[in-house]
Amino acid sequence: MKTMIFTLLRREMQLSVRQSGGAGAALSFILAFLVLIPLAIGPDLATLQRLAPGLMWLALLLAVLLTTERLFQPDYEDGSLDLMSLSTLPLELMCLVKALSHWLTVSLPLAIAAPFFGLLLAIDIVVVPQLLLAMVIGSLALSLLAGIGGAVTGGLRRGGVLVPLLILPLYVPVLIFGLAASQTTLTPSGSTSALLVLFAITLITLVVQPWASAAAVRAYFR
Amino acid sequence: MIQVLANPNRFLKIVHAVLPIAWGLTALTFAAGLYGAIFSSPADYQQGETVRIMYVHVPAAWMGLFVYVLMAIASAVALIFRHPLADMAAKAAAPLGAAYCFLALVTGSIWGKPMWGTWWVWDARLTSMFVLMLLYLGYIAIWRSFDDPHRAASLARVVALVGVINIPIVKFSVDWWNTLHQPASVVKMAGPAIDPSMLWPLLTMAIAYTLFFLCLHLTSMENEIMARKLRAARLKAIENR
Repeated sequence: MKTMIFTLLRREMQLSVRQSGGAGAALSFILAFLVLIPLAIGPDLATLQRLAPGLMWLALLLAVLLTTERLFQPDYEDGSLDLMSLSTLPLELMCLVKALSHWLTVSLPLAIAAPFFGLLLAIDIVVVPQLLLAMVIGSLALSLLAGIGGAVTGGLRRGGVLVPLLILPLYVPVLIFGLAASQTTLTPSGSTSALLVLFAITLITLVVQPWASAAAVRAYFR
Repeated sequence: MIQVLANPNRFLKIVHAVLPIAWGLTALTFAAGLYGAIFSSPADYQQGETVRIMYVHVPAAWMGLFVYVLMAIASAVALIFRHPLADMAAKAAAPLGAAYCFLALVTGSIWGKPMWGTWWVWDARLTSMFVLMLLYLGYIAIWRSFDDPHRAASLARVVALVGVINIPIVKFSVDWWNTLHQPASVVKMAGPAIDPSMLWPLLTMAIAYTLFFLCLHLTSMENEIMARKLRAARLKAIENR
């Protein structure tokens, strides 16, 4: 069981790193998004500084969202998902491993890089460590939710607009508490409690994701 | 009870017996509720006549939530008991629930303009209602994206159940977010419990909305059963050709 999990994890991570459209492309997307922000709301640094944490969270959400399709669709199309479902590894665990590898290769690098990209928006340097911590925890929840959305739309040829419609409402709590945990205007205890709630939300998604993704994958095999 | 309804033909028979009565009751309660709302209930001492929007607004919001819970229960029943009609019940409920949500948002907006001076505020309640409507739209979109109704049904169950876990979390986080940014002072309906002269039209309207939902829901399920029969007949005709 253990070797199967690690073999699958290694495969997923290698594929994610070697194929195009992974973390590198998502990072470039965040940079492109950053360029548009001052163009849309003006180059005033005071305004940008105030909005920076929220905008960085938005950038992270959208970047993770864009990579969701790669979680299940390629494996569904080339038949690897059929083979994986035939193995003795429970489908639930397989889906969890896929989401975890997505976190390790896409969301986590993005979460580590995004707070520093915030410097382009004149982000207050004091906020960066808090934002980093919140994003690292929150990104796991984002990947797990992407795992649900990716599994539900995996067999669709043109899942395009459906994925954001399904996933973005689920991102609402992560965004709210992730942003609250990275606010400096709050008292330290306030941001700590927000961080703990964010952690709790991540743990809830950790419980729900394997079941929901596996149920969705099974629907494609009936 | 649930097993009795598992036979589509028997279910249709019961529906045909229930529907005329349900439509009659809907008309009666709507008439009584609207009379109460428009004529017999007093205008509010503070809000004046605009308070009458409450009688169409509040029940719509209740129904928006109630229908989602119903949809999730139907999805759970479909998942656990493989009940053949539960998926159809959930599918038929979704557009109705979305419509109630939309109605609640629109009437709330019309009520908000004279009361708060703006069509929309990002208040906790409005925001979570908005998210609820998006969940409905996502659920409907899943049904529409698949040709095979069985595959669509199994995926829609997942979406509905994940959504119902998410609703309390969204509600809680949005409440928390709003109190963080601004105290909900304008929005809260301060004051003591609602006066009986206003309460009875409100409750009557709530019953009318529920009965109206029942009628539309049963009709929609009937249509769905017919559509599936047609689909099966067509497939058979192609096979025999």
